[in-house]
Amino acid sequence: MRAWVFGDNVDTDVLAPGRYMKLPIEEIAKHCLEAIDPSFAAAVRPGDIVVAGRNFGAGSSREQAPAALRHLGVAALVAESFAGLFYRNAINLGLPALVCQQARRIRPGDSLTVNAEAGEIQNLTTGETLACEPIPAHLMQMVRDGGLLAHLEKRCNTTSS
Amino acid sequence: MSQTLAQKLVARAAGRSSVAPGEIVTCKVDLAMMHDSSGPRRVKPMLERLGAKVWDPGKVVVITDHYLPAYDDESRNIIRIAREWVREAGIDSFYDAQGICHIVLPERGHLRPGMFVVGGDSHSPTGGAFAAYMFGVGATEMLGVLVTGEIWLKVPHTIAMEFAGKLGAGVSAKDVMLFLIGRFGLDGGQYQAVEYRGDAIRELSMQERMTLCNMTAELGGQVGLIASDSVTREFLKTEIEIWESDADAPLLAHHRFNAGELPPQVAAPHSPANTKAVHEFRDVKPNLAYIGACTGAKLEDLRMASRILKGRKSKIRLLVAPASLRDQQSAEREGTLQVLLDAGAELLANSCGMCAGYGEHLLPEKAVAISTTARNFKGRMGAASAQVYLASPYTVAASAVAGRVCDPREMLA
Repeated sequence: MRAWVFGDNVDTDVLAPGRYMKLPIEEIAKHCLEAIDPSFAAAVRPGDIVVAGRNFGAGSSREQAPAALRHLGVAALVAESFAGLFYRNAINLGLPALVCQQARRIRPGDSLTVNAEAGEIQNLTTGETLACEPIPAHLMQMVRDGGLLAHLEKRCNTTSS
Repeated sequence: MSQTLAQKLVARAAGRSSVAPGEIVTCKVDLAMMHDSSGPRRVKPMLERLGAKVWDPGKVVVITDHYLPAYDDESRNIIRIAREWVREAGIDSFYDAQGICHIVLPERGHLRPGMFVVGGDSHSPTGGAFAAYMFGVGATEMLGVLVTGEIWLKVPHTIAMEFAGKLGAGVSAKDVMLFLIGRFGLDGGQYQAVEYRGDAIRELSMQERMTLCNMTAELGGQVGLIASDSVTREFLKTEIEIWESDADAPLLAHHRFNAGELPPQVAAPHSPANTKAVHEFRDVKPNLAYIGACTGAKLEDLRMASRILKGRKSKIRLLVAPASLRDQQSAEREGTLQVLLDAGAELLANSCGMCAGYGEHLLPEKAVAISTTARNFKGRMGAASAQVYLASPYTVAASAVAGRVCDPREMLA
């Protein structure tokens, strides 16, 4: 799927601006990344991949930052590194966040296939295969379940039945 | 085996005698703090979906601070949900319109050295000033804590920031943090534990220590920690346990600085890491000064501003939003607040306000602001065209008086 490429330190105020935080996620998502790319929210398509440099998601604990990306249909995030709190939030929402030291080799519009389980990205445009750090096993299980809420739902149902 | 303060705190919460950095452990949560934005309005529907109840209502604190004063139907609704939910869930520790959560929590005696605490806000590391392992989580992760009373953690390495000597007059904890963030970057903390130590740190008041730990968020650490000592004891007015790193505990990095050499710092738009010494910004002419936020408007912060503003007038619009109602009342009693008002300050509510860009007051297009807040990301405090410079309460006050960015030491007699 198509890559959208951003730089270092993309922050949560840019992903989910404070002035829209009182609104539902569908409204917040319309403004996702607008301060640095006004076309993004309208042009991104389900299955697209967001690629960035260092410290993606710096700043707030607001879960609406990864939730806005997920709402827009972004299938995975690939970055050289993630802000720790954002990383936990993304995984908790079932949105795979992959640490890839070679993320900078990806160009805007490249066609990518991301295999989160294997920790591998195929760049169909360039023919390259990029290695990612594997998502720890206990978190990968949560991603497979569809996030922490679904994971807890499974756990609550198991306990009560 | 020697352990850092972070390891000791995590080990206790994990029910272990020791833990090693990099290990994944499950910790029991002593306290969970939420505010109106990331708290009840988000967790209530998820709890209902699960048909689950809060694991221990006595271990939950809810504080309203983001959507206050409520100014439209949406914000009124968010506050109403918080008020109703604490009753439904049986949560007694509810502080409504008393100030910003990170300040109200210790002010009302909820933090003690040795505790393991999660907060639904990224500035939760503030609690580390009390030698508590406190970090921020998102709403779904908070739900997990509310249901299970537990959270997973990768045991952090510790980065020690040691400051020898003593900070100079007119130089504060905010300058220390802007300097460190400028030096090491927004990811300098690598989501590890950052421990502040050294004589200059021991000298600091609890509220100044809170400023250090608070802005560990901007430094990219998971927690900012300071060992407990007599200053902690005096603030809490009770006997406390001493929690500190073993002297020979292995560190990921140990950075040493001389506090006396640090000049006031300013971070230019649009990043707290965009920091230089104050004299580099002499040509910048702000048209608004903001003294607000958990990191910049506690009683200590208001006192710093008043030392500069006493007998002087602000040349530009000066807004002051004291971080808690109690701090505002203390400032009023001792005359600090009157000094600010006499200088021309307009008083705003005890809430997050402009800092987070959530409220009614937002920076207009092309505004140039100098602010005691923690983040100057593009568009955070209002218009994307607004320029926000971050500085200490001393520097913000001095710049308000001068009408340009000014070294506060020039105004301290």
